[in-house]
Amino acid sequence: MNWSEVSVVLTTILYMVSAVLFIRGIKLLGKADTARRGNLMSSVGMLIAVVTVLLEKKVTDTVTNGPLKNAYLWALAAIVLGGVIGAVWAKKVEMTGMPQLVALFNGFGGLSSLLVALTQYMTDGSINVFSSVALGLTIAIGAIAFTGSVVAWGKLSGKMFKKNISIPAKNAINACLAIVGLVGVLLYALSIADVVGKTVGDVGIIVTSVSYLLLGFTMVVAIGGGDMPVIISLLNAFSGLAAAFAGLAMSNSVLVVSGCLVGTSGLILTLIMCKAMNRKLTALLFSSFGASAKKGAAGEHKEPKSMSVEDAYLILEAASSVVFIPGYGMAVAQAQHAVKELCDKLEENGAEVSFAIHPVAGRMPGHMNVLLAEANVPYEQLKTADEMNPQMSNTDVAIVIGANDVVNPSAINDETSPLYGMPIINAFEARTVFVLKRGKGTGFSGVENPLFTNDNTVMIYGDAKQTVSSLVSEFDEG
Amino acid sequence: MAIGEILLLVFVFVIAGFLGVELISKVPSQLHTPLMSGTNAISGITIVGAISATAVALHTDGTVSAICGFAAIVLATINVIGGYLVTDRMLGMFKSKQKKGDDKK
Repeated sequence: MNWSEVSVVLTTILYMVSAVLFIRGIKLLGKADTARRGNLMSSVGMLIAVVTVLLEKKVTDTVTNGPLKNAYLWALAAIVLGGVIGAVWAKKVEMTGMPQLVALFNGFGGLSSLLVALTQYMTDGSINVFSSVALGLTIAIGAIAFTGSVVAWGKLSGKMFKKNISIPAKNAINACLAIVGLVGVLLYALSIADVVGKTVGDVGIIVTSVSYLLLGFTMVVAIGGGDMPVIISLLNAFSGLAAAFAGLAMSNSVLVVSGCLVGTSGLILTLIMCKAMNRKLTALLFSSFGASAKKGAAGEHKEPKSMSVEDAYLILEAASSVVFIPGYGMAVAQAQHAVKELCDKLEENGAEVSFAIHPVAGRMPGHMNVLLAEANVPYEQLKTADEMNPQMSNTDVAIVIGANDVVNPSAINDETSPLYGMPIINAFEARTVFVLKRGKGTGFSGVENPLFTNDNTVMIYGDAKQTVSSLVSEFDEG
Repeated sequence: MAIGEILLLVFVFVIAGFLGVELISKVPSQLHTPLMSGTNAISGITIVGAISATAVALHTDGTVSAICGFAAIVLATINVIGGYLVTDRMLGMFKSKQKKGDDKK
């Protein structure tokens, strides 16, 4: 056997090993006790895949080249550079900055697939009709994942596009961009099939790149902060799919397997998020929320009651069961450590404390869980809405921290509400409800929350972190 | 690419898609973030394509395309290394009551 045959056999086997490690890794990531091992396992799979590509004949062919034409030196330099940047960011990021960092990494993955496709487009002489379609789609999906993620990053970090820019005739524009881009792919494929000239194909590639880069922008820029968990997991699915299509274009099996795994698992996660918000994915992408939402249900307008921290302390001291319901406001106020302190105080006082977490609370899937884990809240104490709701009527105090729509009872009892049908945490069933809120006003959806004016609800206005901290010091003094 | 190879790739694509659905359908919501960032790191697998494309570009003396490939490797590496480290950091924070008690002692 000559090297080229050995190389094919060796790389195929090693890619297979790495694909198995990815599959096993994702499986283990889905269970709390094994998740860390799963992540490690999939990173070993990645290492094997990277070593394997260095054994591919295309790459080994360059080993005798001079330093400027040697793929090993290029790869090494690029990996060192990228590795240092990635490692520094990952170490430095605050836990509250996690959603935007994940969005940014995701954008880089998408852009990388886009560049891979462009590189192949410029150099590969053996492209056939099938790989040209795959290549065109890699460009399209990679581009949408890139600009979409960058806009999401800007929105989440508050650096850019903070306001939801409403684009006139958004659906028409998005549909046009999508179709024009696909026509670009078609032109390129036709040029490969020698139906049209090569220049037409080049134009096609440019058209696809530009229109899908724009589409990522126009698609995400109109989406509100509360819908971010859905859009982030959708973009994650896109960057996986882009890698899978790049694999189809280059006929590389490990790219196809792992890219597709990420693509579909991301899609499933997206659908889980949609279900938790009672939204259809199509509705989220194609209509802007609140457009049809009428603000404020008809009926009497009650003023919410408010209470001082001292009075709230007296109620909490007498409580034997307390449930915290955190939302994005807790992340903004960075109140998670103060909340944990209060939780310890309450437990010392003999109360049973748990946390009820809505799947879409925060700005990314599972956002609240990460923040509370950072504050050392053991994960047994974190309950889902389904686990918590049956016990809610036996709860003395429910403390809502910076959450709004996820505790809005209109979702259950007001058929005219845009939130109607969304699964919520039944905070209103608790004997007393404290709502920690910065000020009066509605949630991101702009829907009035009748919970705030209920007879058993007390508002405590002010910065959530400060309010919780002063409750902690009340316990110290008491 | 022969027709057989194309069909095999499509076959792998479809099977992997269904496998992804099966793997994810039952995951507790507390693990959604690590799962997302962990799979996000896996999507950096495009690094393999990037290295291979760069090698081809170097072989065919395409300077622009080689630089393009270089940038693709850098970006994919950021995605991979950053993604895995961030996921690991997050998962390191998820502690059960049992283990935390041990830490204190």
